[in-house]
Formats: sequence, C-alpha cells, structure tokens
Amino acid sequence: MKVNLRVWRQRGPDSPGEFKNYEAADLNPNMSFLEMLDVVNDRLASRGEEPIAFAHDCREGICGTCCLNINGKPHGPGRAIATCQTYMRSFRDGDTITIEPFRAKPFPILKDLVVDRSAFDRIMQSGGYVSVRTGAAPDGNSIPISKEIADRAMDAAQCIGCGACVAACKNASAMLFVSAKVSQLSLLPQGRPERHRRVLSMVAKMDEEGFGNCTVTGSCAAVCPKEVSLDFITRMNRDYLAALMHEAVGRAAGKEGGAG
Amino acid sequence: MKLEAKTPPGPLAEKWKRHQGSIKLVSPNNKRRYEVIVVGTGLAGASAAASLSELGYRVKAFCFHDSARRAHSIAAQGGINAAKNYQNDGDSVYRLFHDTIKGGDFRAREANVHRLAEVSVRIIDQCVAQGVPFAREYGGLLANRSFGGAQVSRTFYARGQTGQQLLLGAYSALCKQVGSGAVQLFPNTEMLDLVLIDGQAKGIITRNINTGAVERHAADAVILATGGYGNVFNLSTYARGSNATAIWRAYRRGAGFANPCFTQIHPTCIPVRGDYQSKLTLMSESLRNDGRCWVPKKQADHRPPGQIPEDERDYYLERMYPAYGNLAPRDIASRAAKRVCDEGRGVGTSGLGVYLDFSDSINRLGLKTIKERYANLFDIYHEITGEDAYQAPMRIFPAVHYTMGGLWVDYNLMSNVPGLFVLGEANFSDHGANRLGASALMQGLADGYFVIPYTIGDYLASVKPGTTPKTDAAAFTTAEKETQERVQRLLSIRGKRNVSYFHKQLGKILWDGCGMARNQAGLEKALQAIPELRAEFWKDVNVLGESLSMNQSLEVAHRVADFLELGEVMCMDALTRTESCGCHFREESQEAGECKRDDERFAHAAVWEFKGDGQKPERHTESLNYEFTTLATRSYK
Repeated sequence: MKVNLRVWRQRGPDSPGEFKNYEAADLNPNMSFLEMLDVVNDRLASRGEEPIAFAHDCREGICGTCCLNINGKPHGPGRAIATCQTYMRSFRDGDTITIEPFRAKPFPILKDLVVDRSAFDRIMQSGGYVSVRTGAAPDGNSIPISKEIADRAMDAAQCIGCGACVAACKNASAMLFVSAKVSQLSLLPQGRPERHRRVLSMVAKMDEEGFGNCTVTGSCAAVCPKEVSLDFITRMNRDYLAALMHEAVGRAAGKEGGAG
Repeated sequence: MKLEAKTPPGPLAEKWKRHQGSIKLVSPNNKRRYEVIVVGTGLAGASAAASLSELGYRVKAFCFHDSARRAHSIAAQGGINAAKNYQNDGDSVYRLFHDTIKGGDFRAREANVHRLAEVSVRIIDQCVAQGVPFAREYGGLLANRSFGGAQVSRTFYARGQTGQQLLLGAYSALCKQVGSGAVQLFPNTEMLDLVLIDGQAKGIITRNINTGAVERHAADAVILATGGYGNVFNLSTYARGSNATAIWRAYRRGAGFANPCFTQIHPTCIPVRGDYQSKLTLMSESLRNDGRCWVPKKQADHRPPGQIPEDERDYYLERMYPAYGNLAPRDIASRAAKRVCDEGRGVGTSGLGVYLDFSDSINRLGLKTIKERYANLFDIYHEITGEDAYQAPMRIFPAVHYTMGGLWVDYNLMSNVPGLFVLGEANFSDHGANRLGASALMQGLADGYFVIPYTIGDYLASVKPGTTPKTDAAAFTTAEKETQERVQRLLSIRGKRNVSYFHKQLGKILWDGCGMARNQAGLEKALQAIPELRAEFWKDVNVLGESLSMNQSLEVAHRVADFLELGEVMCMDALTRTESCGCHFREESQEAGECKRDDERFAHAAVWEFKGDGQKPERHTESLNYEFTTLATRSYK
C-alpha cells in the first residue's frame, strides 16, 4: 500500500517547525505504524536526509513512550491502544496521514515528534507514592483487601503515563493522569494514611506545571490507551475536597490550641 | 583475572544470614559522604537507587528513557515468584531454590539462588506495602497462579501487567527519594563508558540524548542495572531501546563477561510476519496454564485448525513431557516447538508456528473466566494479527526473550572490578543456563531491595569517606576524549548502509548460528561472518545528523557497534562449551533429543576477559560446586 505523510519537522526546542510531505510507498498493511516510520526513515537516511525523530521503546503498548498525534488524534484511529499498537491496516491505500507531536504547553517539543513529558515525573515526585521504607513492610496477607477494591485500584493503576489525556484535552489538563494515581493509592488501605497530603500536593504541582483545569469533556478518557475511567476524576475531586476540609479542621483545631 | 565468588561458609540456609551479620557496615553519618551511581531504572536499578538513598547514601540515578518509569521490566506480563506457600501446596524456600537451580540446568551458583528464594517472600510484602494492586481472591488475600518449571502455585500477578505494576512500585519509591532531594535523577542520559581510577570503578561518561552533551560523573561506586543484551539478535521481545552498551563498555574496561551464550528463547511469541518487523511480541507464559500446544500429526497439513480432528492433532508437550505437559520450562518448550516445525508440521504461512489452543479451557471454565485471566493478552494478539483467539487457536513461535549471561559478579554482586556492582538481568548470577518464568522480576527486585543495600557497605567500608574523585581526574579526561572520538568517528563515515542494515544482518547471523540449536560448523561460520560485518560497519555505515543535538541514528549506531562485538564473544562462548545445557543446545551433545550435559568438563561459569581490539578474549572459569543438590539429569517427563 501507499500513503502520503504530512509530518511535523522541528530541528530543536527553539527552532520553528513546519509540516513536510513524504510519500510512503510499498508498505505492508500488517506493518505497525512505527514500523512504517522505520521504513520511511531508512529511505530518508539512504538519500541523505535526516530521519524523523520519534519516541518509542517497548512497541507493545505498555511503556508509554510513544506519543504521536495521528490525524488529529493522540495515538491514532484505534481505541484503547498506544501509537505503537496502531497498524497500517487501519488506513486506506492512498490516504494522507498527518503526524504531529502531542501538543500541550507543559509538553515542550524537543525535536520533530518528540516532546518533553518530565512534568509528569515531577507531579509523581510531589506525592505519587506510599511512604514505605524498604524492609519495613508487614506480611503481604496481613491486610486483606476485597477483590472489588483491588480490581478497582488496578483499573486506575493501569495508566502508562503517555500523556495522551493531556494532548487530547482542550485545556491540556492532566486530571486523568493525576486522578489515576491518586485513586489507586487512596482506594487501597496502604495509601490511606497519606491520602490528604498526597492529593493536595499532586494537584498543586499539576497546576504549577501549567496543566489546565478539567471541564469534563471526556476527551482524555476517549483516547486513553488503557481506558482509565473519567470516574477517577470525580473520585479525586471528592478526595481533594475532603483533604481541604480535613486541613481546615486541622487549622481550626490548631488555633483553638490543642493539648500540644 | 581474579574470580573469587566469596560464597560464605556454612549450611545453605544459614549463609545469607551469617553473611549479613559478618560483612562490614558503613555508619549512618558516613553514608551521606559516599556517592553511588546507579545506571538503569528498571526493577533492579530503581529499587536499588531508592533503597540505597533511604539508607543515606547520595545517589545519582541514570536512564536513557525519558522517564524512570519506562524500562522494559514494565513489559513483563505473567508474574513474580515467591515462596510464600499461601496455597498450602508444599512450597518452601528450599523448593523454590531447587526448582530454580534445576531449571537453570545446574549452571548457577547455589548460594546465590538460595538467597534469591529466601528474600522472595519479602519482595511481595514490600510491593504490597507500596500499593501494588496484586490480584486477590474474594476473601481479600493474595491470589497465585502456576508457571512453567514448577509444580506448585507460587506466582503473584497483577492482571497481565505484573512487570508494570512492580516497576511503578519501585518508580514510586524512587520518586519519593527524588522528591525529597535524596536522589538526583538523570533521565535521557545514556552511559557510554566506565571510568576506572587505580583499577576501581569511580564514575561514568554519559551522553545526554536530548542535547548530545557528553558529561562526566564521579562516585565511590558504580552500579549497573541496565538489563539484558537480547537485542543483539535484532528481533526479540525486548524494547527497541534495550541495549548492551553499559555492560559492554564495562567489559572493555576489564569486567568479566560470564556465559554470554546463555540466551533464553521464549516459546510463546507471535510469529515473525515480514522483514520490516521491528520486534516480536511475547504472549505470556501464563497462557500455558490454560492453553494447549499442538500441531497437526501430518506434515504440511494446511487445513484450518478447526477442521483438524482431535485424533489428528499432536499435543506434543503433553506427549513428550507428561509430568509437566504444557508447563514444561521455556528452553524445553521452545526446542520442542522447533522440532515439530523442523519436521514440517509447523502451522501458518511460514510453517514456523504452533497452535496454542484455549478451546478446552473455554469449555471447562467458561469464556468469562478465560477473559478475566487473559483478556489483555488476547487483545494484544488481536491487534497484531487481526485474529480472534477466542474463536481459533493462537499461532505462536519461540523468540529471543532474556539473557541469563551477563557481567560476572561475586556473592556481593560486585564484578571483578572493585566498586563495580551489577544487578538484575545485566549480571549472570541466578538463572544458570535457563531462567524459569516469573523469576526475572523476582531477581531484579531481590538484587535492588534486599541484596545490594547490605553488600555495597562491605565494599564502601574500605573506601575512605569523602574521597570521591573529582571529574577533572586524568581518567575522566581520557575516557571522555575516547567517547567524543567515537561519536565523531561514527558521524564522519557517511557510508552507504544504514545502521538498521547491520543490525538485521547481525541478527540473522546469530539466529542461524547461535540460536535455538547450535553446532560447530554453524558457530564457526558465524565467527567468520561477524568480524567481516563489523569491518563493513566501520567502513560503510551511514549515520546522519550532528553530535550536539538529539540524534536517534547516532544512539542506535553506538548500540549496534557494541552488539557487533558482543555477538562474536557469544559465538566463541557457544563454540567452546561443547556440552548442551538449558538454553544452550549443542547438536553434537544430545540424548534422545534432550540436552546432554558434561558436568566433568563444564560445571563452571565461563568468564571472558577483554584483551584489546583485534585480540581474542581470554576464557576463565569459576567452577560451580554443588554441595546441597545432586547434579541430576533434568527431566520433566
């Protein structure tokens, strides 16, 4: 098969970018989208043009590295898959395919189709963990957790940190990403002692990094390769409110003067 | 080369405890005066970096990924073993130890493997405490499943994403330490050389993938947790970025490389479809719990699977290995698949495939249960092949999946280079000649959480605190210069062939000569072809772009250049080991199609020492003594 590519090329973070057109002929419909780009890159290199930079690693939809916006949709036409799980059979012979990087202010473009998503790591570092030291843990079966709760936590934990939710959102909101981690840990008894602190801190960091707010359009969940549910945002909003109240009560108690 | 295993004396079950009680410690207020570099942030690296910084060491953690959450540990699907015996089915630390030693075909060090089994139980506790959402039963307790090479149910899992959940647990521990300023994290940073001062590992040279800047980093000890080298085959289940550069550069600086020919070929992967293909996808071994492997009894039987009647099917694993059936270990199951395909009974257009059939299990347990257990795997299969495995059997074929070989380490996980520690898949220590399923996650986390935090102290206690070298030391200048020269050399060739050409060629040479079955003629042929290919690479490779910017072709060129050296040593190792053991099947050494070990001559780890470019590396050995197990012929019949 043959497709025409419109690809965003940008030399570096501070250079202007532009779309370039490439014809990609002699493709096999069973190629993955990234394998198609490999082939295109090989051909570019053979004629002395620098290959298109794009992020990828595991190529099986779990590492969260790949991040292409294909025809205006993060991760392309499929549902519940990452870019690397998109196959050329999803396109028609002769199609024109527009490939852009994930676009969001907190994800600056580094080169061509590669963006910097380190803001996600900084949000995680602000509280996306249970503070347990190595070696201090009790027996794994000492805290029974109902299957329903464990399964629900797992639904949230599936997030691969790819950033498609941000790229799809008109506000570049990171609420789906943050709520997935907040919910996973607040659902489980292990994460409950820190739940108030965690949600306040992660939300504050999210705002500081420049992610927008949530207006519940649901475009994030629609493109999420792991189908993380919008319900977790609701859940996080509740957790956040509870944490604010908890904090307010704590402050009031402090003013009255406790036992010290 | 001095290879002192430093295995502690005493009864097997007492060794680790006694060792912990007797090795040197670093006092709490001195720990912050030591700098430790950790390269790699997969399970082993992230858990080590987090745990060491919790102890008070100053830690710098490096990964080439854009985030510390992306290492390929994340792709492990099936599970993690631990000798909890929650199922009351007779499991014990000893049994896990014995299964692992036997599974490795008696080519691993007893004391290391026993320690691994001992600490396995604490790993589960640690991960549960971090909030890893393991599968649970309705009563709220942890669930288990069985895995290949074991007759007990000791595998813990989180849907089909166990590796991801464990890695996110370790990543979250690392995030906690980074957030508090205790760990300095360097993502997008690839190690390109190891720096030795007076024979001790004292730092690394790195290249920033985003900017191209080559940098120096000094420390009192260097830990490599950079994973395996299976991508030497080009096509494998590894992530595309997985590479051997860190361990290979360490080898070139004097670290011994042990058993490089021990490469695991996983039996259940989606078959190759075309020459454009960039990677092979694993279908978790856990599928063999409920899937049955078969091929037609007749050769070249091209009927659709549903039209082949039961009595014309050969459930070859059940036939050949009745005691373990479809749960035979990986090396055995892979070779059996190869054998039936070699007989002309393979399925699919290439004839290189076997069926993995779930229809019996679906009839017995219902579609809902099978979906609950494996839905994501069936989804992956569907995405890649466009086929529905609930309706027709999957087609699978073996693929390169893991490397048991790696840098040689002693009981403390230190290489023969003082101050250089190696963890996880990057070392050679625990799996012998074949790794059992669900044991890689166990080893990565054991090394990082529960071994290195103790054993590194034994080395650092002998290093004067506060003597971390400065990065302007001569050794750093020389190493950085060499790295810069190599970068320039790669960029200046501007030949006619792309890097991918060389990688594909190398992969083909190795798959044919040093793959699932090996023989003298094939290995000698590979040993002739690889140096020729390497010479062609350095003459004719085409790497475009510049050094001081993101340059993905340059990144890959570095890695492939190292693979072109490593592949040769793999073949030398395979050629010298004239026995068959585990994954290493020398056709000259077999008995009724099974591995024939030669314990008299080969009950040892072969450790290769770099002797300079163009020189043959020297082969050393560490003899393996089996005090607590009997060297038996491995039988799964």
